[in-house]
Amino acid sequence: MSGRFNAERVELFRQVGVRITEALGLRRKGGVHPPSRKFTSGRKIERAPLPETVILPLEQHVGAPAKATVKKGDEVKVGQMIAAAGGFVSAAIHATVSGTVKQLTTVASPLTGRPVPGVIIAADGKDEWIELAPVDPKGLSNEEIIARVQEAGIVGLGGATFPTHVKLSPPPEARITSIIVNGAECEPYSTADDRLMQEEPERIIAGLKIVMQLLSVNRAYIGIEKNKPEAIEQMQRAISAAKAAASLPPKVTVVAIPAKYPMGATKTLVQSILGVEVPAGGRAREVGTLVQNVATLAAIYDAVALGKPLVECVVTVTGLVNEPKNLIARFGTPASLLIELCGGGTHGADTVIFGGPMMGIAQSRCDTPILKGMSCVILAKSDIRTEKPCIRCGRCIDVCPMGLMPLQYVKFAQKGDFDDLADYHIANCFECGSCAYDCPANIPIVSYIKTGKRELWRQESQ
Amino acid sequence: MDGDRVEILPTNPTNSMNPINPTNPTNPTKLVLSPAPHLRGKASIDRDMYIVVLALLFPAAGGVYFFGLYALLMLATAVACAVLTEYVTKSMRRRPFCMDGSAIVTGMLFALVMPPRSPLWIVAVGSIFCIAIGKEAFGGLGQNIFNPALAGRAFVAVSFAGALTRFITPTAGALMADGVTAATPLADGFATYRALFLGNVAGSMGETSALLILIGGAILLAFGLIKWQMPVFYIGTVAVLGLLLGEDPFFHVLAGGLMLGAFFMATDYVTSPLTTPGKIVFAVGAGILVILIRLWGVLPEGVAFSILLMNAVTPLIDRYIRPRPYGHVKRGRKEAAS
Repeated sequence: MSGRFNAERVELFRQVGVRITEALGLRRKGGVHPPSRKFTSGRKIERAPLPETVILPLEQHVGAPAKATVKKGDEVKVGQMIAAAGGFVSAAIHATVSGTVKQLTTVASPLTGRPVPGVIIAADGKDEWIELAPVDPKGLSNEEIIARVQEAGIVGLGGATFPTHVKLSPPPEARITSIIVNGAECEPYSTADDRLMQEEPERIIAGLKIVMQLLSVNRAYIGIEKNKPEAIEQMQRAISAAKAAASLPPKVTVVAIPAKYPMGATKTLVQSILGVEVPAGGRAREVGTLVQNVATLAAIYDAVALGKPLVECVVTVTGLVNEPKNLIARFGTPASLLIELCGGGTHGADTVIFGGPMMGIAQSRCDTPILKGMSCVILAKSDIRTEKPCIRCGRCIDVCPMGLMPLQYVKFAQKGDFDDLADYHIANCFECGSCAYDCPANIPIVSYIKTGKRELWRQESQ
Repeated sequence: MDGDRVEILPTNPTNSMNPINPTNPTNPTKLVLSPAPHLRGKASIDRDMYIVVLALLFPAAGGVYFFGLYALLMLATAVACAVLTEYVTKSMRRRPFCMDGSAIVTGMLFALVMPPRSPLWIVAVGSIFCIAIGKEAFGGLGQNIFNPALAGRAFVAVSFAGALTRFITPTAGALMADGVTAATPLADGFATYRALFLGNVAGSMGETSALLILIGGAILLAFGLIKWQMPVFYIGTVAVLGLLLGEDPFFHVLAGGLMLGAFFMATDYVTSPLTTPGKIVFAVGAGILVILIRLWGVLPEGVAFSILLMNAVTPLIDRYIRPRPYGHVKRGRKEAAS
C-alpha cells in the first residue's frame, strides 16, 4: 500500500478536502468580534491603597467551599491562612490585609448572589506579612511544588477559578507534552493580563519554567491575540533573554493568534494553537496539553519561589469611570473603593460588572468585594432590550465556537422539553455568550441555556 | 433577573456609599442587574427587515419602470393590506403589534410575484391571505412553515387562475401606457438574453430583471443577511440540470422567477434550513424541482412551488443536518504538533 497511498498523499487529500469544505462554508468558524474597548492597555499597573475592611467569601473557587480556621477577634497577618481547603478540589483562602477578624458571617457571593459563609477583616493599616520562605524551585521535588501551590490557594485566574494544584496533578496516564500559556485575553475592556505581560514577563516565564519542570515538558506555546503587539514583543524579549541564559528550552514560542472572542477559552485556544479539538466532555490533557493563564503562572512563581500566598491580582477598572486604570488590589476589596480610585462613574452608569462584558456577572451592590479570578470591574450603562420571537436566522449557530445550535436550547427550554437538550449536546456549551451577542431578536440565550442545564441536571439526578 | 437582590452584606459606612452616583442619597446602591452578555451586537430584526425592504426596492422600481404606474398601485395595495392585516390579527390574538418591517417585506414580495395587470382586489385578498393564513395562523413571525408571500401566491393562483394568466409586454419607461397581452418567455420559449437580463420581457412584475435582482441580492450579501450558498446552489442546480437535459441553461436561469426566488424567497430565514449544509440541500432540491416542473409539469413555471415544497421538508432537513459539535468524532486523536 506504499507508493500510491502513502501518508503524504493522504495528508494532501485531507488538505484539499479541508480547503473545499472551507470554501463551501461548511467548516465551523465560530466566534464574534465585539468592539475591543481596551482603554487601559497603555496604562501602567498601579497599586491600590489598602481597604479599611476586606470581605472574604469562602467560595472563591470551583469545588468545595473553604472552611474558616480563624475566629472572631483573631489577629491576622497578610498571607495567613484564614480558611483551609474543604477537600482536594478546593483552595485555601488567606488574609489579604493585616488586622483583626471582625466577623464570621454570611455574605452575598459576587458570583451567584447567593449567601455564602465569609470572613470580614478590619485592617490595621500596617500591612504586616507572615514570614515568607523563598526557595530555589530547581531544588524542589514535584510533591513540594504541588504542596506550595496548594498552600498558596492558587486557582485559575483567567476566570475559571479551578484549583491550580488539581490541574497540575494530572493522572499518570495523561501524557502531557506541551504547556499552553493563555495570554489571549479575548474579553473586551479587560487589560489585566495584557499589562502583566507587558510589565512583568519575567515573572510569567519564571512560573512557566516551574510548571514545565513539574510536568517534565520541554515545549510551550504562549498564545497572545494579535491585537496586543506590545505584550507579544515583551514576552518575546523575555523569552529570548531566558533562552540566551539557557534557562528556558528552545521549544518555547509566542504564537500570535487571531483576535476573536472567545479565543481565550481553553478549548478554542487549544484548537487555535495545536489544531486539534479537545474531546467533548474531556480536558485539554487528553490532547496532551495543559493550559495556564498568565496571571496564574505569575502566582505560581510567587507561591513556589517566594512562598507568597495568593492575596492580590491585577484588576482593570474600566468602562464608564472617569479614569480607567489597571490596579493591583487585594482580594476582598470592595469594588466601590476601586471605582472611587478611578474617579467614580460617569454618563449615567447604572451597572457594575465583575469580569468581562461577555461572561461577567452584574452585581447588585457597588461594594461587593473582588475575588480570585476577577480581573476586571466594568461600570456600564444597562442595555435592556425587548425579547422578540426567534426568526431562525441561524446566526447563533454560525457564531457558536462549539458547533452547537443555541436556538434549539431556547425552543426546548421555552417548551419545557428538557430531555431534548442532551440530544443537542447542551453540556458542551461553556456559556461564552457569542450567540446572545449576535441575536437579532435580543433573546437572552445564555439564560435559557443555564436554565436548561439546571433542569436537565435536576431531572437526571432524580 | 431584575429585582432579584440579596442585601445581606454588612454595611460599612465608608464602603456603602455609591461612587457611581453620590448625589443620589435616597437609593445609594441601586444598580441594574441583567444576565451576561452585557455587550450586544447591532443585529436586530428591524434592521434585517428594512435592509431587505431596501434591497427589494430595486426589483420593485424595475416593475414600475417596465409595467407602468399600475405596478406601484399593486405594490402599495399589497403592502398596506399586509401591514393592516398584521395589525388586526395581532389585536385579535391580543399580542403586541410592532412595526418590525416583516409585513412590508411579505407585501412587497407578494406584489412582485404577481402578473403586472392583476386586479387590485385579488392583490388585496392575496396579501391578506399571506399574513393572516400564511403567517399569523401559525403563530406569527418565526413560526410559519411556508414562505408567506409564496403561500399567498399559490392561493391566488389556484383561486383566481383565469384572471392571473394574462401577462403583458413591458412598456419600458412609459408609465401610463398599457402593454399588449403576451406570453411569458417560459411559455413561448422566446426572448433574447439581453432582454431577459435587463428585464424587458413579459413576466411577473418584479421577476423580469435579473440585473436589478442581482443588485438587491448584492445588498443582502453585503450586509451578511443571506449566505451565497443558497442562490448559487439553487441557480447552479437549475443551470447544470438544464444543460444536462439539453435545454438552454442561461434561458432557464434568466427567465421566470428563479432569480427573485433564489435571492429573496429561498433565503427566507424562517422557512429555510438553519445550517449552511442544510441550505445547500434545500437549494439543490429546489433546483431539481424547478426543472422537473418546468419540463414535465403542467405549469410553465415552477419556482414558487419548488420553494414551497422545500419549505415543507425544512424541519426534516434541520432534524438530520446539524453541525458537528466541537470535540465530537475526532475523539482520541493525539496532539498533532509534537
